[in-house]
Amino acid sequence: MSATITPPAVSIPPGDEMHAVHHQPGWIRRYIFSTDHKVIGIQFLFTTLLMLMVGGALALGVRWQLAWPWERMPILGDMLFRTDGGQITPEAYTMLFTMHATVMIFLVVIPILAGAFGNFLIPLQIGAEDMAFPTLNMLSYWFMWPAIGCFMLSFAYDGGPAAGWTIYPVLAVLPQAAPGSGFAQTLWLFGLTFVGFSSMFGSINYMTTIINMRAPGMTLFRMPMTIWGMFITAILQAFALPVLTAAGFMMLADRMLGTTFFIPGGLVVNNAPATVGGGQPLMWQHLFWFYSHPAVYIMLLPAMGMVSDMLACMSRKPLFGYKPMIFSMATIAGLGFIVWGHHMFTSGMNPIVGMTFMVSTILIALPSAIKTFNWIGTMWGGKLQFNTVLLNCAAFVSMFITGGLSGIFMAAVPVDVYIHDTYFIVAHFHYILFGSTLFGIFAAIHFWFPKMFGRMMSDRLGQIHFFITFAAFNCTFFPMHLLGIGGMPRRYADPYHFPYLEHLLPLNQFMTYAAIVMGFAQFILLFNFGWSIFFGKKCGRNPWNSNGLEWQAPSPPPHGNFDVQPVVYHGPYEYSSPVSGENDFLPQTEYMPRRPDQSQGH
Amino acid sequence: MARFWSIYFMSWAALAVALCLAAPSLGWWFPDTGEAMSSIGRRIDGLFYIILWITSIVFVGTQIALGYVLWKGAVKPAHEKATYSHGNHTLEVIWTVIPGIVLLFIAIYQMDVWAAFRMRNYAPGEIEAIAEVTARQFEWRIRYPAPGKPLMPMPQPDDVYTVNDLRIPVGRPVSISLRSGDVQHSFFVPVLRIKQDALPGTVIPVWFDALQPGSYDLVCAELCGWGHYKMKARVLATSEELFQKWKQEAVLLQADDGIVSTNPQENSAGDQAQTSNP
Repeated sequence: MSATITPPAVSIPPGDEMHAVHHQPGWIRRYIFSTDHKVIGIQFLFTTLLMLMVGGALALGVRWQLAWPWERMPILGDMLFRTDGGQITPEAYTMLFTMHATVMIFLVVIPILAGAFGNFLIPLQIGAEDMAFPTLNMLSYWFMWPAIGCFMLSFAYDGGPAAGWTIYPVLAVLPQAAPGSGFAQTLWLFGLTFVGFSSMFGSINYMTTIINMRAPGMTLFRMPMTIWGMFITAILQAFALPVLTAAGFMMLADRMLGTTFFIPGGLVVNNAPATVGGGQPLMWQHLFWFYSHPAVYIMLLPAMGMVSDMLACMSRKPLFGYKPMIFSMATIAGLGFIVWGHHMFTSGMNPIVGMTFMVSTILIALPSAIKTFNWIGTMWGGKLQFNTVLLNCAAFVSMFITGGLSGIFMAAVPVDVYIHDTYFIVAHFHYILFGSTLFGIFAAIHFWFPKMFGRMMSDRLGQIHFFITFAAFNCTFFPMHLLGIGGMPRRYADPYHFPYLEHLLPLNQFMTYAAIVMGFAQFILLFNFGWSIFFGKKCGRNPWNSNGLEWQAPSPPPHGNFDVQPVVYHGPYEYSSPVSGENDFLPQTEYMPRRPDQSQGH
Repeated sequence: MARFWSIYFMSWAALAVALCLAAPSLGWWFPDTGEAMSSIGRRIDGLFYIILWITSIVFVGTQIALGYVLWKGAVKPAHEKATYSHGNHTLEVIWTVIPGIVLLFIAIYQMDVWAAFRMRNYAPGEIEAIAEVTARQFEWRIRYPAPGKPLMPMPQPDDVYTVNDLRIPVGRPVSISLRSGDVQHSFFVPVLRIKQDALPGTVIPVWFDALQPGSYDLVCAELCGWGHYKMKARVLATSEELFQKWKQEAVLLQADDGIVSTNPQENSAGDQAQTSNP
């Protein structure tokens, strides 16, 4: 059985080109309904970058309202809210932040990490010619579109879903509870199910591919951190996602079939007849966060892996503490399953259970700290290449420190009682999801772009983009900590309604200016990306002098990836090795008798 | 350019620290006077400042370390190779054990605050609820028992009602029965540092105290629909006598039908209710 899946134990002699066995499919099969993992990865990348702009525009709508509440929004306001005089109504405001989160989480961050980079990099980095299940892989991309369709169509029904991305019952279950809780919410749940399918297809594929299809010599502990990140993420998804899908179906049943999983009896919502039922709304929170907390790590671990690889390459230095990095990543993933209750300290859950979740949450800070120290250790004494990739990676580390430390406040149950659902939380998760993950993604785009398209992105434009984005990001999100300490709750269409929050208006206006600058700076990235595909400087196979297997393939790699089956002799981090001679790198395919710093060979 | 970038990274961290130092004097800190007005609030603030100190030290330390390695990389001579090192076992142990101890300290130290306020003292039933607070879209409905009577789970004919105005006596622990009439809300009094979600279908006892008389903002902290931002209310803490006096007056005011009756019995309905139903 395994003989058909495992690659041959001996390398195929040079000249026996592997891609020759693939027949060239037609244009549609090659670029639209392609089963080639690289094309699927690039399709994911284009789609998610487009969605990034959509999600960003929604965020700017939110920021507009917080800076200039109830004022006419220029251009966009006139287009979207013409019937309301170009003004954002409270209903529209709740829709804006709900859909901002939905788009960013389900259509940008998760698919760009697992879908775009996971797809593109996994076979290339482990030396396989494609994924284990190419057709399933194609489906995982094409299941994104019904999801996008559902989410976008939901805007057409009463302005769109407006119960927050966490869709807590009863608000999201009863159509009369909010304008957006009608058919829009049903569509939203269908969209969620479709992205769930997409993720699940990817997850199964990644696990199978990584376990079965590694090149000869590519042992588990010779895999790059990117692969470890993708592998652990795939496992997380496989175990956590079914819970969300099941919970989503339970909510759909509540909405459409008359069940009452989440609806207690005797509620009079918006003068409707009292509800009948004996359900428990708290159960939704448990089921939802049982997926959505691991999802936070699904949105982070692949970026951690990619940054580890890029930092080592740009520091021309082996990754500091390879195995501790893997073990801490695995620990984060394992602990990630028992911390979901920290989203629920004030929910009415038993206070004693809160104590348990507090301890597990504090524990998860430890592997995160270990990773941070190892990244700094990687750069320490390195020959740093100050290019866009390194800058974005260093920003990842710096922002991860900030976001990680503000997490300690939330882990402390009594402090969380105060800052829960305030802007402190908003600051915290933006530092993780934007500050860490998105800067990691920016770095990854610049780093692997040459492999995707055979051309380099402009480093000058990349540095300008980084300079503006980093400054504007911190101006937008750091003051949010202070808003949270000031007691400003999340999801308020008009916080200045309350005298104790009135003095925060100037600060909010400053943050909105910064957010607008940040939004427009992304056009630099898009321009650089689009322009470089056609006019970038052409590059060879290995423009970064990197060790990974993907750099042994042509740029861009043909269908089937490698000219010859690569054989791996050592880990991917042999930079500046004493045995590498004049070069400061040693590709994984080059023979090395034993690692120079180890007395016994492994 | 390389040196510029390492300074760029260090300067953002320096600005962040400077902003945090300046924030209290600019008013961007805890609401009102900055001081919590409840005993749990004081403990929460104490814990907050301890964590703030620890995280600030770690923040400054790690950002300096990051800036330092970037700077060293920026000034490294071009011909020099990077240090060849796959890691250091001793260092790994050190930076696992030390954060471990600090985190363990944070975990254990805070347990007492939580246990004292949510497990050991004033368990439900130990103190009587002074009012039932029902959150609904988009207001707070408050039901008090008539003077001298305990709060019953079901509404009574002589209950006193207010909307968006919770009155409590100052200086002693008080308890409310929190419930929701429709969707989920959250009872959040920033100055008292108290927050508890109102869960549909569940009555949750919440206890807290106010150390000084005053009017404290009560806001909703859980998305409850389009008017989430409009659930503006206050918690008015007064002395025990004023609180009782207000309740007496409120009973009378509520029973008052606007007609001055000649029947003395009807005029003192509130007092009547108090004496006839012990």
